[in-house]
Amino acid sequence: METIWFCLVALMIALYVLLDGFDLGAGAIHLLVAKTDQERRQVLASIGPVWDGNEVWLLAAGGTLYFAFPVLYASGFSGFYLPLMMVLWLLILRGTSIEFRNHIKSAVWDPLWDFLFCSSSLLLAVFFGAALGNIVRGVPLDATGYFFEPLWTNFRLGDETGILDWYTILVGVLALAALVMHGSLWVQWKTAGPVSERSARLAGHSWWAIVVGTAVVSAATFQIQPQINANFKAWPWGFIFPALAVAGLAGVKYALAKRDQRKAFLASCAYLTGMLASVVFGVYPMVLPARHPEYSLTVLSAKAGLYGLQIGLIWWAIGMVLAAGYFTYLYRSFAGKVAVDTNSHDPSE
Amino acid sequence: MEQALEAHRLHFAFTITFHYIFPQLTMGLALLIVYLKTKALRTGDEHYNRAARFWARIFGINFALGVVTGIPMEFQFGTNWAEFSKTAGGVIGQTLAMEGVFSFFLESSFLGLFLFGEKKLGRIGHWCAAFLVFLGSWLSGYFIVATDAWMQHPVGYSIGPRGEIFLSSFWGLLLNPWALAQYAHTMLGAVQTGCFVMAGIGAFYLLTKRDEAYGRTFVRAGVIVGAIAACLQLFPTGDIQGKQISQNQPATLAAMEGLFETQEGAPLVILGQPDVQHRRLDNPLEVPKMLSFLTYKKWAANVKGLDNFPQDQWPDQIALLYYSYHVMVGLGTVFIAVMVLAVFLLWRRKLYESRWMLWLLMISIPLPYIANTAGWMTAELGRQPWLIYGLMRTAHGVSPRVGAGNVMFTLIGFMGMYTVLAILFLFLVWREIEIGPEPRSGKSRVLPEDAIEPSTAD
Repeated sequence: METIWFCLVALMIALYVLLDGFDLGAGAIHLLVAKTDQERRQVLASIGPVWDGNEVWLLAAGGTLYFAFPVLYASGFSGFYLPLMMVLWLLILRGTSIEFRNHIKSAVWDPLWDFLFCSSSLLLAVFFGAALGNIVRGVPLDATGYFFEPLWTNFRLGDETGILDWYTILVGVLALAALVMHGSLWVQWKTAGPVSERSARLAGHSWWAIVVGTAVVSAATFQIQPQINANFKAWPWGFIFPALAVAGLAGVKYALAKRDQRKAFLASCAYLTGMLASVVFGVYPMVLPARHPEYSLTVLSAKAGLYGLQIGLIWWAIGMVLAAGYFTYLYRSFAGKVAVDTNSHDPSE
Repeated sequence: MEQALEAHRLHFAFTITFHYIFPQLTMGLALLIVYLKTKALRTGDEHYNRAARFWARIFGINFALGVVTGIPMEFQFGTNWAEFSKTAGGVIGQTLAMEGVFSFFLESSFLGLFLFGEKKLGRIGHWCAAFLVFLGSWLSGYFIVATDAWMQHPVGYSIGPRGEIFLSSFWGLLLNPWALAQYAHTMLGAVQTGCFVMAGIGAFYLLTKRDEAYGRTFVRAGVIVGAIAACLQLFPTGDIQGKQISQNQPATLAAMEGLFETQEGAPLVILGQPDVQHRRLDNPLEVPKMLSFLTYKKWAANVKGLDNFPQDQWPDQIALLYYSYHVMVGLGTVFIAVMVLAVFLLWRRKLYESRWMLWLLMISIPLPYIANTAGWMTAELGRQPWLIYGLMRTAHGVSPRVGAGNVMFTLIGFMGMYTVLAILFLFLVWREIEIGPEPRSGKSRVLPEDAIEPSTAD
């Protein structure tokens, strides 16, 4: 039962990364690919009706994690207190930037929100990557099952780790590159004209960064987290996950060359899914590895009561079918490329 | 440790109080928007659609702020209240996760369609989108109230070997009798906020002699629905909640009422300042025997005072609890008077010309916000010193490793950020009111019908 919930929570987190990933990426490239007010509205319109729904996956995944693995929720969230609070501030800034930007047309209003939208999206990508890095590397849990990590210590991987060290920063940078590519491919697909062309070029550039980054981070990860080696040795079928990531990455390059915008985005989804699945597969049965392996939280030590998990499976399945329905309907309603006709929303101009 | 506890409590109290400014309006307004859309559908009058669009813009701003200030609430259970989450997460995690899975997806998906898709959806489709947004927001309210109700009155659980609390009855948790009464009471409060805001802004248009047709629609909808909600708020929902508190949290009732000594035929205190140190009420203005009657329907019934309970079971903020409760009840009474009077004038066809009444409606806009906040403070301060009533003390629920300095740091961060948000919020809402419901060219950039609308390329 706890393994099922481990997979379901991982699935929800993966969906969050795929969905909110593209609008975070779109935010991170906002100032680069869109120069005029009209172009910036194009980028915003490409995520406007869906970003909020995408972000809900974070809340739903968080809530599911909370009830299925309360011990992990308590330990992880209090241990990552400072970076999580900063993530919250960035999410607040980002949400308000998207929603408030188009309320007023002024030379001092839009640029401010554009800048905040772009920088908060960019930082969030790095923070999420660093968070993943922290989990893979392990945190300084002790016998009480708690820890508290400062933002940084000496940037090394000793016992006294901070949120930021060379490894987690590396993962953060890779996450940024991956979401930049993901977002660029989305914007390329959903827009037309110069914005789409610039996004395609940016996706092409970030592709190289990702190839290098993936190689370096993977090599480091196998050194740092021995459980990953052990799992791949014990269950060799797990190699389909890294294979999916590699295939996705190759697919992006291929589709970009063929100018197939939809396939390029889907290939990027495959890359992200493969990477996340590899990590999840690699750390199982741990849910929060510790620097001292005996204190690691596992699916068994972190899980909630059996009855709750069983009953949860029923409503979770119903809820997910409904959510899948809403999302299909929503995305179909806003299918196709974004058309921004300046005349239609500002008749006075 | 003591210092950290206070900082954690203040952190949660501040962020949730600020957060609740927004959902109380969106939940109330969602109902009123469905009402306007229904009118539009039934009469075919475009006036009601334009009215609904105006409120959709106000709704949108509130909803966005509700979302961004709501995310920190879910996180804080883990960041600031780790021991509580670890112990009780298997129970309250259920309702919180269900909120995400059942209401947030519904709300966020259909809000996009409601705000951006009016042309595409058609009349009936757009009504459905409005209704689903309403449904999502009201469901969300239920899951949150059910979570709080479980902390007020834990049911359907068992205690595990290491002291962790397991869920043992799913329906027990969801249909907690405390949750049903609290939900009705909370939602009526939210509806009143929506009604006072709608009627107040309508009154503003009538008083300034602009958009008067809309002003009349807003005032009319606001006072009719508001009068019903205000009456139901007192009876039966307030009454039921009072009885539940008297049965399950008797020490809380005594503190709320400022009753230090157990009495037969206890009086109802209207005004007075509790002096906790000397265990008495200064300058009391009382209705004799009324408390006994209201609580037990007997004039001479014995009501337990605080002296009946060991001091370590008293709520730790008696004065604040007492004032919160009295502010809530006092304002609730004012709301009944204002709304019923307005409906009377409406019936006599004098409301739209009674400038004093319109003034009264307009300046009342902040009052339901205060009453709702005071109501929640009554519930949460009244639960003290318990985090889960009778099971876990608040002092035992905090994150053991998160020190006062770090909490203070993030609290100050939230205060600064929320101050900026509050200013922006008032500014943007005021702008929408200025622009008004009548479509005017070139003023608003976010008329939903004309907003940047993704459409198919072909």
